Amino acid sequence: MSSKDSVGGTLKVAFLLCVVCSIVISSAAVILKPLQEANKTLDRNKNILAAAGMYDPAVTPEGEVADLFAQFTPRIVDLDAGEFLDETQLSTLGIDPATYDQRAMQNEPELSDALAGDEDIAGLKRRVRYATVYIVSDAAGEIQDIVVPISGYGLWGTMYGYLALEGDGNTVKGIGYYDQKETPGLGGEVTNPRWKAQWPGKEVYDENGDVALSVIKGGGQGIHQVDGLSGASLTSRGVDNMIEFWMGPMGFGPFLKNLTNS
Amino acid sequence: MSVDTKSILIKPIFANNPIGLQILGVCSALAVTTSLKVALVMCVALTVVTAFSNFFISTVRNYMPNSIRIIVQMTIIASLVIVVDMILQAFAYAISKQLSVFVGLIITNCIVMGRAEAFAMKNPPVVSFLDGIGNGLGYSVVLIIVGTIRELFGSGSLLGIQILPLISNGGWYQPNGLMLLAPSAFFIIGFLIWVLRSTRTEQMEKDEFRIAAHTVAEASH
Repeated sequence: MSSKDSVGGTLKVAFLLCVVCSIVISSAAVILKPLQEANKTLDRNKNILAAAGMYDPAVTPEGEVADLFAQFTPRIVDLDAGEFLDETQLSTLGIDPATYDQRAMQNEPELSDALAGDEDIAGLKRRVRYATVYIVSDAAGEIQDIVVPISGYGLWGTMYGYLALEGDGNTVKGIGYYDQKETPGLGGEVTNPRWKAQWPGKEVYDENGDVALSVIKGGGQGIHQVDGLSGASLTSRGVDNMIEFWMGPMGFGPFLKNLTNS
Repeated sequence: MSVDTKSILIKPIFANNPIGLQILGVCSALAVTTSLKVALVMCVALTVVTAFSNFFISTVRNYMPNSIRIIVQMTIIASLVIVVDMILQAFAYAISKQLSVFVGLIITNCIVMGRAEAFAMKNPPVVSFLDGIGNGLGYSVVLIIVGTIRELFGSGSLLGIQILPLISNGGWYQPNGLMLLAPSAFFIIGFLIWVLRSTRTEQMEKDEFRIAAHTVAEASH
C-alpha cells in the first residue's frame, strides 16, 4: 500500500483539499459580495419603479434607475398599528429602512406572527409585523405614490410583487410581480404588460371602506374589477386573495386608512 | 494542434455526445431550455465547470487516496460550481435568477462527474481540460438546438427578440404552450437522438431483449 492510501495520507489529502477549497470559495465570496448586493438592490428598485409605472426595461436606461428611485423614501410600517415606526422605535428594533428585508423576516419568530387558517387567505402561513412601504412625496410633503409589497400563493408557489397606489391610498397606479413560478404562457402571464395595463385607475376600496378590488374571469369593466388570466383560474384567484389580504385589516388596510384620514 | 487533441475536442460534439450517446445530463437540459439566452448561459457555466474540474482533478490525480477518490472529486466540482454561481450573481444577475437552482445542480450533473472519473483520472491536465471543453460543447449543441426550438415555438421569440408575432399582441402566431413545459424537451431530445443514431448507425445500441423463437412446437397448445 502506497503512502497516499494510508490512513494518515488520506487524512492529509482530505484536510489540504478542504483548506484550499474553502479559501477559494471564501475569497470569491468576499470579492464578489459588493457587486451581488448592488445587483440585488438595483433589481428591487427596478421592480418598485416598474410597479409604479416609472420604469420600462425596454426604454429606460439602467443608469437612470438610481436617479428615478431617489424619489422614493423607504419607510417601515407597523402593520397592526397601521402607522410608521419613528426613529426611536426603529433603533430599538434595530431596523434600517433602506436595508430591511421583509421577505427574509417572514420566518423570523421575533418579527412575524403565525396566521390562523381563516385569516391566511393568501397562503402565507406567517405574516411580518413590520413592512416596508416606498413613498413619493411632492415638494409640499404631500404623498403622491405609495408602493407596498404584496405576496401570496398562486398555483405552484408564492408570488412576490409590488402594488403601487396613488396618494389617496385607494387608486391603483400599477402592479408588478418580480418572483413567481406560475405556468409559463398561462399563469406566468401575470407579468404580461397587456394584463397589467388593466390595473391603473382601478379602486381598491368601496364606499364602506371594504376591499372591493377583485380579479374576476370575464370581468374588468367595473372600477373594482380586473379581468382574470385566461387558462389560469388558480393564479387569478391567488392574485385576488393576495389583494384582499394585503389591502385588508391584516395587511396595509389600517395603515392606508390612517394615512388618508390624517 | 495535433490530430489527437483535435479529436478530443471535436469527438464529444457529435460522435460521442454526452446527451445524445451517453444520455447524461438530461435533467438540466429539460429545465433550462425554455429560453435560448438562459440555455446559453447554462452551457457556458457547465463547459467552464467541466473543463476546470477535469483540469484540477487530473492535476491532483496522483495524490488522490483511492478510498476518498469520489468525495475529493465532488469537493473540487462543488467548489467550482459555487464560484461560478457567485460570479453569475455578480455579473449576470437577471439570468442567475432565472437559472436559480440549476447552476447549483451542475454539481450533480452526470457529465461533470462522468468525465472526471472516466477521463481526468487517467489523463494529464491539459488534455483533460480539452476533454472538458469538448464535452461541454457537446452538451451545449444539444441545449442550443432544444432551446431554439422551444423558445421559437413556445414564445415566438429568439434571445428575447420577437420573431413570430403573437396573437395576444396583435400578431398571427398562437404559441404552443407545450413547448414551455418539460415534456416537450423530452420529445425534442428523443427526436435528436433518433436523428443522430439514424445518420450515425454505429451509435445504435444492440437490442437488450429479443423475443425468442418458440421452444415448444405450436401444435402443443
